[in-house]
Amino acid sequence: MAILINENTRIIVQGFTGRIGSFHAQEMIEYGSKVVGGVTPGKGGKTHLGLPVFNTVKEAVEQVGAEASIVFVPPAFAADSIMEAADAGIKYCVSITDGIPTQDMMTVKSFLRRFPKAQRMMLTGPNCSGTISPERAMLGIMPGHIYMRGNVGVVGRSGTLGYEAADQMRRLEIGISTSIGIGGDPIIGSSHRDVLEKLEQDPETKVALMIGEIGGPQEVEAGIFAKENMSKPLIAYIAGLTAPAGRRMGHAGAIISSAGESAAEKVERLKELGVTICPTPSLMGKTVAEVLAKM
Amino acid sequence: MDIHEYQAKEILAEYGVKIAEGGLAYTVEEAVQRSREIDGNVWVVKAQIHSGARGKAGGIKVCRTHDEVEAAAEALLGKRLVTHQTGPGGKMCTRLYIEAGTDIARELYLSFMIDRSHERVIMVGSAQGGMEIERLAATNPDAIVKIYVEPAVGLQDFQARTMAFALGVGEDLLNHAVKTIKGCYRALRDLDANILEINPLVVTKNNELLALDAKMSFDENALFRRHRIAELRDKTQIDPREVAAAEAGLSYVGLDGDIGCMINGAGLAMATMDMIKLAGGEPANFLDVGGGASAERTEKAFRLVLADEGVKAMLVNIFAGINRCDWIAEGVVQAVKNIDMKVPLVVRLSGTNVEEGQRIIADSGLPIITAETLADAAEKVVQARNEMVAKQG
Repeated sequence: MAILINENTRIIVQGFTGRIGSFHAQEMIEYGSKVVGGVTPGKGGKTHLGLPVFNTVKEAVEQVGAEASIVFVPPAFAADSIMEAADAGIKYCVSITDGIPTQDMMTVKSFLRRFPKAQRMMLTGPNCSGTISPERAMLGIMPGHIYMRGNVGVVGRSGTLGYEAADQMRRLEIGISTSIGIGGDPIIGSSHRDVLEKLEQDPETKVALMIGEIGGPQEVEAGIFAKENMSKPLIAYIAGLTAPAGRRMGHAGAIISSAGESAAEKVERLKELGVTICPTPSLMGKTVAEVLAKM
Repeated sequence: MDIHEYQAKEILAEYGVKIAEGGLAYTVEEAVQRSREIDGNVWVVKAQIHSGARGKAGGIKVCRTHDEVEAAAEALLGKRLVTHQTGPGGKMCTRLYIEAGTDIARELYLSFMIDRSHERVIMVGSAQGGMEIERLAATNPDAIVKIYVEPAVGLQDFQARTMAFALGVGEDLLNHAVKTIKGCYRALRDLDANILEINPLVVTKNNELLALDAKMSFDENALFRRHRIAELRDKTQIDPREVAAAEAGLSYVGLDGDIGCMINGAGLAMATMDMIKLAGGEPANFLDVGGGASAERTEKAFRLVLADEGVKAMLVNIFAGINRCDWIAEGVVQAVKNIDMKVPLVVRLSGTNVEEGQRIIADSGLPIITAETLADAAEKVVQARNEMVAKQG
């Protein structure tokens, strides 16, 4: 078991024939992911990397049974591609694309909410590194070889900091059940909390590691969820403890945020909620090891 | 991306928001000419800088004669204004907005922004405008009204009316208030703004509703489709290093320390800065080289970091996913060869094509210190920095 993807998940690549899409499709196939084709409007009927290219996501769902998709489409068109995937019946979509306008993501989220929950596509990203269930499937752009299979579920906003965590854990021979990058944009498909809900239900996951950053109330909301609803221990690292306070032009942002948005404030709140904190980014692996040792 | 008050007002006027008569001036002569063009006997000379709280910093001067306008313009043009939002360096004032004085009866507050946790536009208003809204939120939260807008249908008339009543406008101003509120919402949505704030929105003694100040900030990611907005960028208001970085497709923030950094990913960059500080050093900058960094971009990043003469050592920390270590390594080698590097360099590579990257660095024969882990990299660069400082005496 793993959450969201496994070795049998039928994957398509949106933005399949571009340079970045091709490179990462190849990497995913080599990792063992079941890539069954791709979508590039106007290039339907052709073959790329030995796999069929479709004009629409719907055709890919109908003809090769696509269940999951990964979006490499340029920012101006990416929101449209995500909505096309949701409409075609894709169950899980990862958007790698960086630079999608915020209001486009507002439209995407509004579009997704129209589907009843049971039929609603799960989206992670945009501006993320994707999802990996080590030794089974990779739906992302991460270097697969640094991930070892195991029992730690990982969720993080930053891609490269997620790699750092995986690398530290592998050096300590600690494996990962599924690692999910949720992305660094203001509006994203799934929150830390949404992913923790899935990890809590996953029998393979024994503990969860959350890698957060300064800004926004998300990490604290996840901590509240963990305290109220999770049986598994939650460990967290918040990046930016030493970052200077951001310059801000308007005042409008300050009055809506109720929870503290600096790393230090978040760490304080998370500690109060019973979350184990990694004191430095180089101690993510060691902190996980200590929690596992106590179980 | 931030714009000036006068630019925001020009935009809002097109959306039906009333503003006082005013004009832009780049010189003292132009400032006096503008005040002569505007009827009345009171003029306000307003420094155009990207910051709020300009009044307290002396950036807004009320004048009763054209001589006073001249003196105010002389005092402001070419000066750096320091507010609590600009940082100690302040912001250069190169433009003035000369506006007709307004007889204020009441000051109100109105703003719109994208609320990231609700994934909707939120409209915020208060009948008690003028003061800092954070202070009002802390002292009298009940005086603030918040209304969320459903993105699929947009702002409805009843919501605009609810806000107008909350602002306490009279019956005779109701229609105009609704028009103003809806105009602001449309401006935010049509132009991909993240924030639109009018503080204060005033009711004049002649019973008019005027935007006395206006701030707008736009989504950088949407500028590709908002060419007119993109042209409003004023580079004098941005750190020149950040301008150079943006032109090279890099994300850069200058800091006060002396260890230069080039890292991929904002999260890893923040974590690496945390580690440098824990190891006893101070980062000179935040630099996210981003995904798909070419050799050319890597060299640009090096030049940017090393343009800061205070840098005593440099750290490259790359964990490659969408990047590839061999591309980065080639860029590092090319940069070190092309730039006459006078400070020690620590490089830590991990991830995609790492062996190839490490081989390129080793084969180059350049004096590059390599590191295996994040902690190792932070310790080595702080040590190299300390040795450099000791050597320089």
